[in-house]
Amino acid sequence: MPNPPNDEVAPQPVGLVERLVRDDLDRKRFLKMAGTAGAASFGAFVLAACGSSKTSSTSSTTAATTAATGTSSASATTTDIGILNYALTLEYLETEFYAKVLAAKLYKGKVGALLADFGREEKTHVEALKGAVEKMGGTPAANPNGKFPIENANQVAELAYTVENLGAAAYLGQAPLIQSPAVLATALSIHTVEARHASTLGTLVKKSLTPDGAFAKPASMETVLAAVKPFLG
Amino acid sequence: MTAQEIIGNPELEGLEVNGLTRSSFILRGALAAGAVYGTTLVGPFVSQALAETGGGDAEILNFALTLEYLESAFYNEKGKEVSLSGTAKSYAAMFGAQEAEHVAALTSAIKSLGGTPVAKPQFVFPVSDEKTFLALASALENTGVGAYNGAAPSLSSKEVLATAGSIVQIEGRHAAAIDLLINRSPTPNGGFDLPLTKAEVLAKIGPLVKK
Repeated sequence: MPNPPNDEVAPQPVGLVERLVRDDLDRKRFLKMAGTAGAASFGAFVLAACGSSKTSSTSSTTAATTAATGTSSASATTTDIGILNYALTLEYLETEFYAKVLAAKLYKGKVGALLADFGREEKTHVEALKGAVEKMGGTPAANPNGKFPIENANQVAELAYTVENLGAAAYLGQAPLIQSPAVLATALSIHTVEARHASTLGTLVKKSLTPDGAFAKPASMETVLAAVKPFLG
Repeated sequence: MTAQEIIGNPELEGLEVNGLTRSSFILRGALAAGAVYGTTLVGPFVSQALAETGGGDAEILNFALTLEYLESAFYNEKGKEVSLSGTAKSYAAMFGAQEAEHVAALTSAIKSLGGTPVAKPQFVFPVSDEKTFLALASALENTGVGAYNGAAPSLSSKEVLATAGSIVQIEGRHAAAIDLLINRSPTPNGGFDLPLTKAEVLAKIGPLVKK
């Protein structure tokens, strides 16, 4: 049976995100902050997680999860809120990306309509994840106001293919870490839609529909945060 | 996106879920996505799936194995009987090889859990040409996505869950590529691939299994 391999973090310059993602303790602090502190922006999460030892309250209500699963503890809820906020940040970036692509009017016809559909679907992911964080008593992460290079049709399609493959791998990487079955079901229902987007874009850019072969590979939070860093506003 | 595009798969429309037809459920879900989708609408599906499953990870994987046998036989056996050309032919070859890998992986995973892999059933595929072949391919792949998404939250081993996740992502990629090829939306369920219960999956694939 294939064991999805762990992603290795390549050596990188020491910046805030890199420091965050290399340090497991900081990563846990990030999850805690993301889950409960309500920092003003994604950048603030990073700063807070790296630079501050301020403890945040973990008294978030578990009512929503407990109602859904009957088994969640406060720490499980905190873990799930952190993962949901991480996913929310990625979905904000994807939504912003498609909005910019559509605004640039690089594609018309069938492809343009598909990209518009995908953008709308990413937006429903944002709304669903925000709703899920709130129901679990957390504070949704703020829109990081992503910045993307929008040059021409080909470059945009290639970037979209990369971003969607990364998104699918990101959800796959988190699935085994999610505590609540209801949150897992939500993540899975989004995961395969990211996969559908990636595959569709693969046909457009004439690249593999299944770049990992028969078994998709997960990406860790560390890998994904490092990859999206250039797009954070 | 129109309601028809959201609903996507016409053959699913009549399906009743929690007293709602799938189409009305999905439509309502799409309209209400912003406020309530996250954990509330998916929640009841999970409890239903949990209630229906049972028997542990090996049994769930055996259910998945049956689906993979079905897909593998469809592409690798039926795909050679039907005259396919161009993209359809290359998809059948590529997807068939990947489904065979899924069969092997699940068989090995079931054994490692101490279970006994189910035997490969005999199947009957009511297709005669490329058009009907692709239509059934779409139905099978989309059913596969819903089946894994429905069963995965019931898995107790995180390692098995990771494997199921790495397979369902491929089912989703196959489904989108085939839907695109036959001019259907590659995202027939909109932003959320809803889980199917075991009973729903059995109702769909039952007619393809020889008694």
